[in-house]
Amino acid sequence: MNQSSNHGWMKTAAGYAAGLLFGLGLAISGMTDPARVLGFLDLAGAWDPTLMFVLGGAVITTFIGYRLVFKRSAPLLGGVFQLPTKRALDAKLLGGAALFGIGWGLSGYCPGPAIASIGGLSLPLLAMLVTMVLGWFAARRLSA
Amino acid sequence: MDWMASLYGLVGGVLIGLSATWLMAALGRIAGISGIVGNLITQRPKGDSAWRVAFLLGLISGPLVLMALGGGLGNVAGSPGEVIGAPAGGVGLMLVAGLLVGVGTGLGSGCTSGHGVCGLARLAPRSMAATGMFLLTALVTVYISRHLLGLGGGA
Repeated sequence: MNQSSNHGWMKTAAGYAAGLLFGLGLAISGMTDPARVLGFLDLAGAWDPTLMFVLGGAVITTFIGYRLVFKRSAPLLGGVFQLPTKRALDAKLLGGAALFGIGWGLSGYCPGPAIASIGGLSLPLLAMLVTMVLGWFAARRLSA
Repeated sequence: MDWMASLYGLVGGVLIGLSATWLMAALGRIAGISGIVGNLITQRPKGDSAWRVAFLLGLISGPLVLMALGGGLGNVAGSPGEVIGAPAGGVGLMLVAGLLVGVGTGLGSGCTSGHGVCGLARLAPRSMAATGMFLLTALVTVYISRHLLGLGGGA
């Protein structure tokens, strides 16, 4: 038995734990409420700073956490650290980010909160999830 | 200012950061939702799908666990005890928004988590550029829809 199959169930459990923690974080912070997100994005309205605290807390924690993690030469459950290798600030990156921002501003949902909100599923959310997946397929075709 | 809402935001943000740290420590992966779930669905990578499915199930179960625990630990605007808020628009608006979010995060290789949290924490120039761009277009979109067109967008 090789190492990857030995660690198979542990990797799956680790993935679940990460997802659960992420989902709890989104829910406690209020990011599963599009009104909170849109309130942050609405600078000319009754501005809601919550998202700033969420992003700040997440970035600072991850910044410190990554520094500790990268003292090791490899992940705990084997394999290698898989970090993005692209460097170019190209039209695909910026154009994609621009389109994403428009969709985010229209709905108040980015992918994490949209998926985490499945437990409170509604027809509009279902509609968004369906076209989001279609969009992922379309982007893959456009990139090919 | 609603300090309780900000405190809950900070606590939730720290949990998201711990999740990102743990995923890198254990599996060596960036905690980017559009990448983890998008690649799972569009590519079904052999031998690399189980942890993605597990992450997805964990992500969905997080808010459900919080609801099951009770105690009103949610942070929905206007009704702090609730965990999941209502969508900001109808089916038509959401169909358009979903397509933009899907195509955009697919082409742009990431969303608020991959670029916004993990990328900024790595001080990655591509993620800084992407985060600046999607924040800018989101701010402009909300300004146009709410203040120029007078659309609800959550109201």
